[in-house]
Amino acid sequence: MGLVARALEETGISTLVLTAAHSITKAANPPRATYVDMPLGYTAGKPHDQEFQKQLLRSALTLGTSIESPGTIVDTGIKWSEDPSWKDKASSGLNNGVVSAEGDTRSERVDVPQYQSEEDRQAAEN
Amino acid sequence: MQVVFTIYLRTCDDRDMNSSIEPVDYIARTREQYSALGYQPYEWAERPDPPAWVPLTKPLEESRILLLGSGGAYKRGQVAFHWKDDTGIRLIPSDQPATDVRVTHFAYDLEPARSDPNIVFPLDRLNELVQEGFIKSLTPQSLAFMGGIYSVRRTEEELIPALIKEIEAMEIEIDLALLVPV
Repeated sequence: MGLVARALEETGISTLVLTAAHSITKAANPPRATYVDMPLGYTAGKPHDQEFQKQLLRSALTLGTSIESPGTIVDTGIKWSEDPSWKDKASSGLNNGVVSAEGDTRSERVDVPQYQSEEDRQAAEN
Repeated sequence: MQVVFTIYLRTCDDRDMNSSIEPVDYIARTREQYSALGYQPYEWAERPDPPAWVPLTKPLEESRILLLGSGGAYKRGQVAFHWKDDTGIRLIPSDQPATDVRVTHFAYDLEPARSDPNIVFPLDRLNELVQEGFIKSLTPQSLAFMGGIYSVRRTEEELIPALIKEIEAMEIEIDLALLVPV
């Protein structure tokens, strides 16, 4: 997403990246980014916790739009939990970070549409 | 530029990435895991040169926001993304509830986002922030794609130009693009 942000900014659009992957965003170096201490897959909050999600967005927008130096990542202070133990197994791409005997637990990258449900497939094809 | 660089370092580098109270270093962990699996090292996009900079000209309450999400969101009735470097884009109407927003992606646990797509594509919450007056409006369409593209070249030559084309076709003033990866 950092590359997209850089490209959009080059076309004249101000951008703000919301990220839970600090290292990846730092490497791509977008103009403005706000960090949330959330697991991957939960960048914009906890499911069905509307107030948490909204506060996350308010914080990110307020802090992100106050950035004055290109390439800054601001920490929102928003976190998944006071207990950081979820990070012990967190990984990017390899589901839940378990390598060991299970090997690569990612889903196979197939080149046909991957619908959420069969009903979705029918809705798209009809 | 020297000043900018110094601030950046202070903001981002003075962290002990091995401590669990600090952000997870996904680059380091992925390298370790690829190595353990006998894979070639994964190449992360690195852009040390300073990014372009377009100053913000309006306060949030006067700003129109474009939401872009790379969590693989699509709308019921649209063709879903495939998982092998799909560089396609789905336009999702911003003025409708996220009820019919679906997600598909190979690299994160989809169950929570399928239960509540707002955690990767926060359309409902942004609409509520419009109603509250925190932001002024959203663009009529939001943009969704599937960020698991393992080719930087295809990201830069296919996805990004297509995104720019869709944004230009909106023919609308955008004050801020909010990008939500997973």
